[in-house]
Amino acid sequence: MAKPTFAMYWAASCGGCEISLLNIGEQILAVDAAFDVVFWPCVADFKYHDVENYPDDYIDLCLFNGGIRNSENEELAHLLRRKSKTLVAFGSCAYEGCVPGLANLTTNQATFNAVYDDCISNDTTRYQQPQVVSQVPEGELRIPVMYETVRALDQVVPVDYIIPGCPPEAHQISAVLTAILSGAQLPAPGGTILGAADVALCEECPLTKDVKQITRFYRPYEISPEPGLCLLEQGLVCMGPATRGGCGALCPQVGMRCEGCYGPLAGQDQGARMLSAIASVVSAGPPGMEEAAQAAAIEEAMATLADPVGTFYRFSMAHSIMGRAKTVDG
Amino acid sequence: MSNSEQQGERVGVYVCHCGHNIARTIAVEQVAEWAAGQEHVAVARDYKFMCSNLGQGMVEEDIKELGLTRVVVAACSPHMHEKTFRTTCQRAGLNPYLFEMANIRELGSWATDDREAATRKALAQVKGAIERTVHQRPLEPLFVDINPNTLVVGGGIAGLTAALELANAGHHVFLVERDSSIGGHMARLDKTFPTLDCAACILTPKMVDVEHHPNITLMTWSEVEAVHGYVGNFNVRVRKKARFIDPDLCTGCAACIEKCPVSIVDQNFEVGLGYRNAVYRNFPQAVPKYPVIDTDNCTYFQRGKCRACEVVCPTEAIAFDQKDAWVQLEVGNIILATGYEQFDARRVSQYGYGRLANVFTSMEFERMVNASGPTAGQVVMRDGVTAPKRIGIVHCVGSRDKNYNEYCSRACCMVALKFAHLVHERVPGAEVYNFYIDVRAAGKHYEEFYHRVLEEGTHLIRGRVAEVTDAARGPGEEGQLIIQVEDTLIGKQRRIPVDMVILMAGMEARHDARQVANTFGLGCDFEGWFTERHAKLDPVVTMTEGIMIAGACQGPKAIPEAVAQGSAAAARVASLINQRSVKMEPVRASINGAACSGCRICNTMCPYNAIVFHEESKISEVITALCQGCGACVAACPSAAINGAHFTRDQMMAQIEGILWDQSEDAREVVWLERM
Repeated sequence: MAKPTFAMYWAASCGGCEISLLNIGEQILAVDAAFDVVFWPCVADFKYHDVENYPDDYIDLCLFNGGIRNSENEELAHLLRRKSKTLVAFGSCAYEGCVPGLANLTTNQATFNAVYDDCISNDTTRYQQPQVVSQVPEGELRIPVMYETVRALDQVVPVDYIIPGCPPEAHQISAVLTAILSGAQLPAPGGTILGAADVALCEECPLTKDVKQITRFYRPYEISPEPGLCLLEQGLVCMGPATRGGCGALCPQVGMRCEGCYGPLAGQDQGARMLSAIASVVSAGPPGMEEAAQAAAIEEAMATLADPVGTFYRFSMAHSIMGRAKTVDG
Repeated sequence: MSNSEQQGERVGVYVCHCGHNIARTIAVEQVAEWAAGQEHVAVARDYKFMCSNLGQGMVEEDIKELGLTRVVVAACSPHMHEKTFRTTCQRAGLNPYLFEMANIRELGSWATDDREAATRKALAQVKGAIERTVHQRPLEPLFVDINPNTLVVGGGIAGLTAALELANAGHHVFLVERDSSIGGHMARLDKTFPTLDCAACILTPKMVDVEHHPNITLMTWSEVEAVHGYVGNFNVRVRKKARFIDPDLCTGCAACIEKCPVSIVDQNFEVGLGYRNAVYRNFPQAVPKYPVIDTDNCTYFQRGKCRACEVVCPTEAIAFDQKDAWVQLEVGNIILATGYEQFDARRVSQYGYGRLANVFTSMEFERMVNASGPTAGQVVMRDGVTAPKRIGIVHCVGSRDKNYNEYCSRACCMVALKFAHLVHERVPGAEVYNFYIDVRAAGKHYEEFYHRVLEEGTHLIRGRVAEVTDAARGPGEEGQLIIQVEDTLIGKQRRIPVDMVILMAGMEARHDARQVANTFGLGCDFEGWFTERHAKLDPVVTMTEGIMIAGACQGPKAIPEAVAQGSAAAARVASLINQRSVKMEPVRASINGAACSGCRICNTMCPYNAIVFHEESKISEVITALCQGCGACVAACPSAAINGAHFTRDQMMAQIEGILWDQSEDAREVVWLERM
């Protein structure tokens, strides 16, 4: 019997997911032994037309990392969906848009201006922004169309499973692959989360949690957190309470606030949940203060929270209830 | 939003006209007609008064005849009639929590005159209510036992009355008073209007009754520091301030007071008009009789020497090493009767109080005319000997004045008339001028008293006093206080020279009323008066179950009203005690332990301290009996692990989707405009 087939694809993402797969160590050899790799642009020379020529459902397991940012990403999403029995949104970009999704806070034109024109390290005399169609001596060249809105994979095609994380932790990838290789029964597909916990990160975080009352927030460079104590209590906007666990709380354990890369808990909006939680623990001053003074105390505390949208929605903007910033003309 | 489970529900929708209140602005028939065509709706009707017997009967009949499983009434605020219709459903055998109210009156017809917009909004509210109610689940009320003991805070006439009423009914009362003696403001008065009863004669027997009542534990020189719990089961922490006198040994002989070498101006009880020692009691008839040592002025506490009181005390009751003590009380109900403070007349600088010697406040004058006061009842000027020949009494100082308090302090008109009478009585031949805006003599025998004072020859001048000054404009004014006023009845400016001015300073909420409200978990209005549940129909009950208010802490009051409220509050408490247990709303939060990450964000959120954290399992838990169902933790939980019964996520989301049913451009425009 032929080996099951395996594909991995890289859409709008940084490439870290590909590395995280290699990070499972020598187990990668077992993956190679167990699967027939039929498409993996990062490591093997397959062409898109090779995939197009496969029969539908030819690929048994397809790990898709990256969000849908341009027409090429979208085309491949549809193609790989058609050709794959099991399509996995692998990593935060495919799952919820991740950092590229923060582009949804602005427009394409503004992004281009920032990257190609306003950036001080650029040679602006050679000012050139990407053009979908350009004429060269050899004829007409076309590049993929950049979309205004970054979308997660499941906002474009149905996804069977999701492995969250930016990137997914090696031990979690390893556990999922081991389960697949051993032929264990996976949970029913339909956007089901694999390789992560069902409870928020705090559950696996060993730091001591006490009741929280926050009078001001700090950015990570501003303080050296007290070791062993909950970071949120110390004013670092640790996203742990609103973030799915599964990574093992690696960041908080070394004094770095959780940035929220494992995404929201089932059915929740990560940013809205965290904002609501933060609103609940911001100190309104000592009891009995006048309402105006309380409002001022809250205002003062909140003013110390830098970049709220980038903090609360760093990973989940594209998939959040907001989706993107509204443009003036709707 | 609806799945098969909601498919089978049969909703009855009832749209109330509320006479013209709703029907004038909202096309109620149209709303009912439209509702009849909505998903889940089995019947929709409109009716003149849904809350009437006939309206309720209609709902009951439909539940039985048509087999309704959910009921929506679009009418007034749930505050007004939610209970009414829940009871209606219950009578017809439907769980009361399967009822939903859409408030189209306060939020609709009363908010606008735009019939079209109001009707469209009513449709949205009704749709939201239908969508929500099909997701509702039957809930059963909780019952908790009521501790029969009651805490009364404040030992003024309102608190004393409440305490005695309850104690006489056989219930135990803890009476906590901040000052060293009970009696409150009334203990300072000489005569009370309009009967001119001697205040002491009617008050002191009550004080003594309280002291000796077997059902009353009197705690003076004590303050409530913290209140936890809920109706029926409050846990109260009281600080008993050190008195430095051992009450078990003290006989109240006052030898220590006589021998104390320190004499200071008494700013509290005597409002600066008399003196007291460092060991003192407010007045000889104080209850309890034990004095208290003022450590700020006691020579021993300040310089480590003296101990004169200790030497003369025949029973060795002086206890310099006494410390503050804390007591925990378990009570079922609390009555707050914390009273008022007098408006500081210095704030109206043009009236000269604190600058012009012979300008007095009304409380100073009360002490002056009191037979046991600092002048033994003699009306004298600030020099302590000269009797005034002409006296001006200025009404509404700090009251009915946009610069200070807009409200009327209610009692001062009658007090001012009483003063006029007392001046005539004590200083024969004196001229008395009362400067008033309106004389408010609304009360039993008040108007008669007003006429009696007029007949005694008091001059009443209608006009707000502009200024009290000692700057003479002519020889006739020299050495006198001049009251500059527009006499509005003759339309002329007048300058009236007098020897003494009495400022009728109004009543204000206590300076720490907001803090007290916070401690007890009740509301304060803008001026700091405690907020009652209903201004007309529930004046002594607050929005916090089991906490009542009585007397001037709720708003300015004279003695009869304060007494009436004290009795009323006691009656409300007695009625609760006699029920033995109290039914509590099942609208409570609960934590899904499997989803709780133990982040502890909800722990400080709970205003009722109903959330505990289990160290071993690292999860938080809501103590159902303590939870009041406010929902703060539900919103706070970053994991959405907390569920608020009757306000679940699917109920709220269904309601929101229902409200947003109309996706037409017009509707979006309305929503957009409202948002701006």
